[in-house]
Parts: sequence; C-alpha cells; structure tokens
Amino acid sequence: MTEALPSPVWRRFSGAQRLTRFAVYLAMVLAIVLSLRTVEIIPEFLADAPEQVVDLLTRMWPLDFAYYPRGVHDALMETVHIASLGTLLALVLAVPVGLLAANNVCPWLPINLAAKLVLVSSRSVNSLVWALLFVGIFGPGALAGTLAIAFRSVGFVGKLLGEALEESARGPIEALSATGAPWISVLSFGYWPQVKPAFWSIALFRWDINVRESAVLGLVGAGGIGMALDSALNLFQWTRVAVILFAIFAIVILAEIVVTVVRKRLL
Amino acid sequence: MSSGNVGRVLSGAPAWHRAGWLLLAAYVVYAAAQMDVSAERVASGWHNAAHFFGRMFPPNFSRWELLVKGLRESLEIAVLSSALGILFALPIGLLSARNLMPAWVSWPARLLVVLARSFHPVIVAILFVKAVGFGALAGILALTVASVGFAGKLFAEAIEEISLKQVEAIRATGAPFMSLIGFGVLPQVFARFIGFCTYQLDSNLRNSTMVGIVGAGGIGGTLFAAFQRFDYDYVCAILISIIVLIMIGEVLATGIRAIFIDGASFATLFRRERRAGGQLRLAVADD
Amino acid sequence: MLRIRQLSKSYVPGKPVLSGIDLDVAGEDITAIIGPSGTGKSTLIRCINRLVEPSAGSIELEGEELVGLSRQGLRLARRRIGMVFQEYNLVERLTVMENLLSGRLGYVSAWRAWRRKFAPADIARAFELLEIVGLSGFAQQRADSLSGGQRQRVGIARAVMQRPAVLLADEPTSSLDPKTSVEIMQLLADIAQGRRGGDRIPVIINMHDVELAKRFAQRIVGMSGGRVVFDGAPAALSSDILKAIYGGEDWLH
Repeated sequence: MTEALPSPVWRRFSGAQRLTRFAVYLAMVLAIVLSLRTVEIIPEFLADAPEQVVDLLTRMWPLDFAYYPRGVHDALMETVHIASLGTLLALVLAVPVGLLAANNVCPWLPINLAAKLVLVSSRSVNSLVWALLFVGIFGPGALAGTLAIAFRSVGFVGKLLGEALEESARGPIEALSATGAPWISVLSFGYWPQVKPAFWSIALFRWDINVRESAVLGLVGAGGIGMALDSALNLFQWTRVAVILFAIFAIVILAEIVVTVVRKRLL
Repeated sequence: MSSGNVGRVLSGAPAWHRAGWLLLAAYVVYAAAQMDVSAERVASGWHNAAHFFGRMFPPNFSRWELLVKGLRESLEIAVLSSALGILFALPIGLLSARNLMPAWVSWPARLLVVLARSFHPVIVAILFVKAVGFGALAGILALTVASVGFAGKLFAEAIEEISLKQVEAIRATGAPFMSLIGFGVLPQVFARFIGFCTYQLDSNLRNSTMVGIVGAGGIGGTLFAAFQRFDYDYVCAILISIIVLIMIGEVLATGIRAIFIDGASFATLFRRERRAGGQLRLAVADD
Repeated sequence: MLRIRQLSKSYVPGKPVLSGIDLDVAGEDITAIIGPSGTGKSTLIRCINRLVEPSAGSIELEGEELVGLSRQGLRLARRRIGMVFQEYNLVERLTVMENLLSGRLGYVSAWRAWRRKFAPADIARAFELLEIVGLSGFAQQRADSLSGGQRQRVGIARAVMQRPAVLLADEPTSSLDPKTSVEIMQLLADIAQGRRGGDRIPVIINMHDVELAKRFAQRIVGMSGGRVVFDGAPAALSSDILKAIYGGEDWLH
C-alpha cells in the first residue's frame, strides 16, 4: 500500500470531557493560588515554624508518668464512657431517622428529604460545636459530652443505615408483605437481617472515631481527658501535656485493636 | 403485637447474644452513674434548652462581614491543607504499601501515617498554635498533618489491594519505574484515589470550621467568641452558614467524582443527577 | 539469536526446578515447550526476561548477556522481549488503545507517557495492529469489558507493539475455550511468520495442550524433571516420547 493516509489521531478523552477536566484543574489551581495570596500568614512565623515545633517537642521530654494515676486515669475512663454511651445513644436515635430517610422503607418524598436534612445537619455541625451547645444548656461535664457525641453521630450512622436499607434486596420484603405481616415484622424479619452486619460494622467504625473525638471535648468543658489537657496546656506544664497525649494515643490504638478483633470474630 | 414480635426476635437469638444485650444494658447503667447523670440535671437541662433555642431564633446576620471573613479564612485553610496534605500523602502512601516496597521503607512510612492519624486535628492545632502562634498557619499545618494521616492510610490500603499481575506485565515491557507506577499501579487505584481526595477535602472543610476554637484561624474563632458573649442569634447565623458551606462542598465533591471517575462532562453532569433514582436526590458525599 | 546455556533455577536450595537447560532459538516461527505441571516450563520462560531470577547459567539475546545485567540494562533489554500472559494481565481500567500503547512504555519518557503523548508512528502502528488482531473499533473500550479471547488479542498486540526480537507466551490459551484457543494460536502463528504485515518474530510458547502444540509449532521442546528430554519437529513426537515426558499412558487415548 503506498497511498499516504494522514496519521490517525487518538485521544483518550472526548472534546467535552477534556474541556470539563481542564476547567476543574483550572478551578483547583485558581483556588490554591487565591488562597495563598489572601491567607494571612506572617512569613517570619512560617520560617520560624520548624524551630518552634522542635522547641515544643523538647519541652515535652521526659514524659511525666507520675502524673498519670492522679490526674489522668479517671479522666481517660470518663472519655471512654462518653464515647461508648454517646455511640449507643446515637444508634438508638439513628434507627428511626435512618428508616425515614430510606426511600424504600418510607416512600413519601417530603419525609425522606426532611430526614436527610436532619442527618446532613447533624453531620455538618462539629462535635466540638455540639459540645459548646450542650455545655451551654446542661452545664459543663460528661453529660454535655455524651449528648454532643450522640447528636454528631446520628447523622453519620443514620445516613449509612439509610443507604444500607436502600440497597437491601426487595424480594424478601415483598414476600413478607404479601403474607400480610405487620410493618414491624417486615422490619425485623425482612430488613434487619440484611442490614445487621452493615449496622454493627458502622457502629464499630463510629465508636472508634468517637473515642478520638471524645478526647477533645473537654477542651470546651464537656468532660473527659480534654479537661485535663486544657488545664495542663494553660499552665504550660508540657511534660504533663506529653503524658496526656501519650494516654490519648494509647487509648486510640487500643480502641482500634478492639475494633479489629471484634470485626474479625463477629463480622 | 409489636412487643410480642420483639420478644420473639430476642428469644430466638442464641444464648450468648442475649448475654451480650444484658451486658450492654448493665454497662449503660454503670457508665451513666459514673458520669453523674441525674434526673434533676436532665430536667433543668430541658428548661435551659428551650430558653437557649428561643434566643437563637431568629438568626442574626447583621454582622455578616465578620462572618464572611471567617468563612473565607476557613475555606483558605481547607484548600491549602488539602493541597499540601494530598501532595505529601501520595508519596507517603506509596512508600507504605507493603506489596510494592521493602520492609525497611514501608514500616517507617506506616509509622508516620499512624502518628499523624492518632491525634484529633484539634489537638494537633493546639500544638501548632503553641509552636507557630495564633492564626491560619497553625490551622493549615494541623490539617495537613491530619490529611497525611487519613488520606495516606487510605492510599496505602488501596495500593495494597491491586493486582500485581498488571504491574508484572508493564514491567515486562521494559517500562521505567515512573511509568510502572503510572500505568500499572495508578489506573487500578485512580477511581478510589479521587474518592479519597474529595473525602479529604470535605473532611478538611469541616475541620477548618472548627480549629478556630483553639485559635488556629477560621470561622471557629468567631463562633467561639459569639458563644462566650452569649450572642446566640449570631451563633445560629454562623452555624447555618457553616452547614450551607459544607453542603456546597459535598455537591462539588460529587461533581468532581462524576467528572474524573465516570467521565462526565458539563453536558452530561446535570442529566446524570436527575436520572439517578428518578427523583431529585440530595447529592451528599460520604462522611 | 537466543542462546541459553546451563540455565538452572532452585526456589528452595537443593531442589532445582531447572537443571542445566541448554537451548538455542533462532527464528523458527513457533517453538512450543511442553511437559507436565511443575516441570519448570513457566520458570524457563520467565527466566528469559528475568521476571524470575536464574540461579545459574547464561542467557544471551542477540549477543547481549542478560543474566547479571544491571537494572537499567535489564529494563532496556526487556523492550526487545515481548510477553503474553496466561491471564492476559491487561491493565483493566485502561482502554484497549492505552493497553496497546503501554507496549511502547520502554521507549517513551514517563512524563510523555503520562500525558499520553505517543509518537504518531506508534499510534498508527497501534491502529494497524488492532486490525491485524481483529479488534478494529475497540480502541476506546475499557479492557475489562472484553471477553477472554479479545483480551488475549490485546495482550498479543501489546507485545507486538514493542517490535520485539522474540515473543514469549506463558500458557496463552490455558484460560480460553477450545475454539478461542485455536484462534489465538493461529494469530500467534501468523504473527510469527509475518503473514499479517510486519516482520517475522520467533515465538516461544509454553503450553500443556500437546495437540495444539503439534498442530501449530514448528519445533517442540519436551521437558521433564527440569531438563530438556526432547527437542525436534512435531512429527517426531511419538507416543513413546510423550510417555517419557509425561509419564503414564491413559491420558494419551
């Protein structure tokens, strides 16, 4: 063959796709550049930063372990209780909201949207902000912390629960409804068995995150180890701060181990 | 009728299931007692709560310039910490992948990731505030560390799940190392990576609204100050703005995922939204 | 062109999988390596491009010694060795075209490859190869949307894109149904003989289907216990020899 055909051209993406992708890249770069230009950072502080961080770390050494039994242990346990009770409360609260948000369980659109809105709002407000709110209402202490954790987690658990419900197989549900079973039976025998493994997985996952979150709630007065951290920080007792951080680290690792073990054995 | 059914569900369960429920109930009672939760406190709390919410509505947007300034700073913190964080998390995640890297490389990298994740971003923010002073810098550094910890771990896990056969084939063509990563590893994890990046951006946006409470810049500082001054109607306005901002962020994240994972373009982007489920769904990202 | 001398490989010390293999391949179209499972056929093939490291011996490709080559040298040498895998080993998430072009990765800088800026000659050749293997029009399809036979064609095309001096195939039809296996073997035979455009490329195939081997190969190498026990034309492959290679008779009937 000697006819000279033009070289074929190959493009990975269509014209429209390329344009869109380019637009997104451009937007990202723009966002970064704009942020860099307008963010208020004092250059001297930036240059100083590594030195300051090292200075801080040296002041934390050696860790004041003697402080642990008296100042830290009870607060640490309180943190775990806050996380656990808060998660449990969230599970209880999330079930009805999750049910209402699932469009196969509850077919009325306005209620679905309302439930989804509740879930989104619960997620968007940070646990610290919830803690502030509840400290204002109930006074400082672990009660505020527990409620903060609970209300923050409802959104998370409820959304995942709603999604799990929406993805469950229709077959068994239809079969059960066809037998004339009341709706609570359809729920417990039709949906629950399908959703159960996902539910416990979500619960474990959220508990793990909540242990981390509970540790800081004390900073605004909502109980737990955060309060010990707050006072140590205000008094610049860095070795105690270090011990508290170490305790938090240890409890977080412990929680992760517990979750991994429970996951393997029960799920 | 309903209690009978619930009873049947419970009694049908194996013995250790029932023991588990009892244990749980016992724990709740014990923990609640430890925490000094009494009926009077809850009761007085309800009373306060009503009072509280009364003062929060209607939300007061009159000081909107301060509000916008705070939101903008939070946005800046979120954007910069995500960019920096992902930039570091990609190579660190790659280095911690045990199926691609030798142990003496992967273990230090994994340790770094674990350390970065263990502390709540707020705690890290406090430390940075003490180290580099109040302001956005502390917030950016804190959330960068958090990003490396979370996104780095997700990246590493995704890489550890790839099929090495595809990598082997690319290696057999004599491709250089970077092409090996680019053609053998990245296509397998790209979709998940985009998901992780949008997740991290979303997470940083949420956290950036909060680190201000400890002085690390952003709307959190404004919020805290309003709280302390009992300006609850202003607090309500700030909370509403935060929720709206985060919801916008989630919509953008869904759009980015659609563009890079499903190959959508401007033409198909909105058609896709409406076709999903036939009814208009709130496009919400994963938490 | 390919000279293998005293090639040995032991995964576990003292238990050699390959013992002193001597083999010369010089452009005879298809060379089929047959033998029972575990006898080192796959190991032999993979030692040639050092996906498996030989324990001892020498492998020369066009005069260049491959054993002991530096990493960079090995990488450059691998460009001249095309490989087809039993499970196709395509990059599933990439399109057919991208999989084909990945055959040229050894020749293109990583940065240009990432931006998908391949030479126009390469792209033209890719389209040509797509037609040769019978997959015109599939360029933009994702690799994981193809059937097994189609994927193997892409795998073969990818290997040919390298313009290799030799093509290795590690059980290329073992995951395919009988009809597709014949089609793939025919494709490999055509490519070996340069019948579908392009030069002749010697092909070394490791396979366990003796009938297919006899039908398409010009030379058969029988292995047993890590050694070469037969090396000659398919016609010379009598049942006695097959018995010696595989042990036992029942499977012959």
